[in-house]
Amino acid sequence: MNIKKILPQLLTLLVVILIFGFFSYNAQVNMENRGITFGYGFLSQESSFDVQFSLIEFDGSHSYFRAYLVGLLNTILVSVIGIIFATIIGVVVGIARLSNNYLIKRTAAVYVEFFRNIPLLLQIFFWYFAALRALPLPQDTEPMFGVFFLTIKGFFVPAFVWNNLDIFIYSIIAAIISIIFIRIYARKKQENEGIQTPVLSISIGLLIILPLLSFLFGGVDASVEVPVIKQLSQTGFTYEGGIKLPPELISLALALSLYTATFIAECVRAGVQGVSKGQKEAAASIGLTPNQVLKLVVMPQALRIIIPPTTNQYLNLTKNSSLAAAIAYPDLVLVFAGTALMQTGRAIEIVSITMLTYLSLSISISIFMNWYNKKIAIKEK
Amino acid sequence: MNKLNFLQPDKNNLNTYLYTGVILVALSIFIVFLNSFFNKDIISFLPGSISFFLPLILGFIGLHLIRIDYSGLKFLDSINKNINTNNFNAFLSLLIVFVVIKSLPPLLSWFIIDANIAGDSKDVCTGSGACWTYIKIWFNRFMYGMYPNAEQWRINLSFIALAFLGTIGFFATEKFKKYLTLYYVAVYPVIAFFFIFFFISGGPIFFDFSYGIIAAVISIIIGFFIPSKFKMYYFIIVPITLYILLKYVFFYEELIELGKLEALEWVETGAWGGLSLTFIVSFFCLIFCFPIGLFLSLGRRSDFPIIKYFSIGMIEFWRGVPLITVLFMSSVMFPMFLPEDMFIDKLVRVIIAISLFEAAYVAEVIRGGLQALPRGQYDAAKSLGMGYWKMHILVILPQALKLVIPGIANTFLALVKDTPLIFVVGLLEIVGMLNLAKTNPEWLGFAMEGYVFASVLFFIICYAMSKYSYNLEQKYKTER
Repeated sequence: MNIKKILPQLLTLLVVILIFGFFSYNAQVNMENRGITFGYGFLSQESSFDVQFSLIEFDGSHSYFRAYLVGLLNTILVSVIGIIFATIIGVVVGIARLSNNYLIKRTAAVYVEFFRNIPLLLQIFFWYFAALRALPLPQDTEPMFGVFFLTIKGFFVPAFVWNNLDIFIYSIIAAIISIIFIRIYARKKQENEGIQTPVLSISIGLLIILPLLSFLFGGVDASVEVPVIKQLSQTGFTYEGGIKLPPELISLALALSLYTATFIAECVRAGVQGVSKGQKEAAASIGLTPNQVLKLVVMPQALRIIIPPTTNQYLNLTKNSSLAAAIAYPDLVLVFAGTALMQTGRAIEIVSITMLTYLSLSISISIFMNWYNKKIAIKEK
Repeated sequence: MNKLNFLQPDKNNLNTYLYTGVILVALSIFIVFLNSFFNKDIISFLPGSISFFLPLILGFIGLHLIRIDYSGLKFLDSINKNINTNNFNAFLSLLIVFVVIKSLPPLLSWFIIDANIAGDSKDVCTGSGACWTYIKIWFNRFMYGMYPNAEQWRINLSFIALAFLGTIGFFATEKFKKYLTLYYVAVYPVIAFFFIFFFISGGPIFFDFSYGIIAAVISIIIGFFIPSKFKMYYFIIVPITLYILLKYVFFYEELIELGKLEALEWVETGAWGGLSLTFIVSFFCLIFCFPIGLFLSLGRRSDFPIIKYFSIGMIEFWRGVPLITVLFMSSVMFPMFLPEDMFIDKLVRVIIAISLFEAAYVAEVIRGGLQALPRGQYDAAKSLGMGYWKMHILVILPQALKLVIPGIANTFLALVKDTPLIFVVGLLEIVGMLNLAKTNPEWLGFAMEGYVFASVLFFIICYAMSKYSYNLEQKYKTER
């Protein structure tokens, strides 16, 4: 142990402790002066505000903790929608950028350059305040395919009314579990005997047949509830029935997916380009069919490059969904760090809970990614 | 005459295929063109869906006919190779061309033909196009925020001066090239700060930190004459002593009073705004986040466990939370952590928050570069007898940073794009100003123009930045 090793560490530690001590001392003094006591007891108190859009039942009589849940669920909802669409658009555009058709390549490149160089907040504002405000009023709306209504007050889509929904869900779970087993079996069979099993068609078949069986024999049935226009007052109309997607949700999901898709497209492009030509030629020369080349040689290698940065983009999308606060979509930041903070005045507790929520989400994903990276890393002898 | 087989065009009847094909394609484009620019539907006699799909079908057949391998015509071959390799590609190409033709007229009419820019009130905007008058009237506010009109020359002057000082690197002669890094890292930020503080904010000439700055400047000047053996001790001891001496011994009340005279009108940061605030915030965050990120990345690879885990904690914390919550923290939670009588300006708090946030991303990017260097570089530097700092400054960092230019540029771009978020603390840069102008009762209903204007501005800034970083990358690319 020499002094040169210990001194810098001790100094760092000292500085960190001093800063934290200074902050916490001040916080204590300030809170005493304002007569606030630190604690998380307020979470069970009755919140007296309402939230416009929530997945679970919520009104003023519920607790602040439930408000937190409402916000969290809304964040998850918009993130999941955004991730799905961003992936679809991103993969399509990424492949289009590799096309040998000049027009397609340029169009994809223009899309990527355009959307990634404009701030996300500006895009959200654009969709919310400019584009979606140009939509017609509920009473003037022309239905799309007869059942979808895109209005200035939101997007009204038909809802499914289920009977025995649980049986339907069980059947899907059963299908997924059997698919996993079939995959394991197929891999073993391939390793031992060299015979390939058509896993994909079996999986699709199972996913269709099992839920179908539940309809035929399990007593499951579903009907569609189409939104119907309803007059509220002389000039106020709305749609009743079905599901209402508020314009905040639509513009947020739209902006998030269009913006993140540009980054995913670049990941996809880099991944496919990263597989060397020799690999494809080698695979073809040992007699694999083009489909097999894609499935067994190109995709596994491309995915190894694509998946880690793409997961990062998913994480970014989730964090960016906090911009919802700017257009009053009731996500975690708006409901909890906004309204609840205003009402209770507990800045430290609420901001720390909000930050911890995002932090735990991203740390758990990065732990998973490290594990995944280790698993798929090329094992060099 | 060879037999014509329209399903498989070949070279033998090149002219027949070519003429038929080109006529069909031209006809299809002509139909769409007429339809979209002159609103004339020359095929309206056909039943509904056929007249809709007819151009597509005609063009598709035409493109199929001119798809002749090795035709000998250079132009035809290049078309076939680029947009017409197979049926699917031909279909997509046609679709793109038609969409472009279809969307040009409405865009043109909105942007230029039906747009208004004359006049100075809302009343002139009667057409269906954009109302650029709105942008013209509000242009000042979009650029300078609530900054008083009569004082805006101060912002212009500072920006021009700083832009000039920033480009000095291009004109430097060989002799001064080696000092450029020092200039950009240490001198330029200080000059920039003084410009902003004295000119834009109109601060007093003498303020609390003046002692520190004078002490630092004096000690750096003397430092040049100190033998390098004692330099380290010198720079630890002398500046602090000087500071204490200046503050508590040479304490001229009159001097300070004199210095506190304000030459320019004080404009508080709440009134700053618009594009100039975007530039100020991104400029300072850029300057601060890079060194912090550099130290964090070195710390993360350090052998000292405390420093290492401290760096990891810092990086993962800032990377794990959204910027908006960081800004929330800086605006509602951070004042709780300060003594009652201590007040830090909103703008300063925001700049610190964004710098720390982006520093974590910079750190991860630089770490990627450090990891990419082969061990041999470290070993070689050590075997030459270099210490930790010498090794990093002379050998490791120049190579590592060169590798990560694209990554750093991306982080900087993200930073510029993140600046609009400062609306959370009530600072209105350009996007915030747009939202304010949009709610002005005299100018309702022009949200679209504003956002399009800001998008174009941001696009130009960010696109130029990314192109510049690409050039930089090419310039410093060395073959291994």
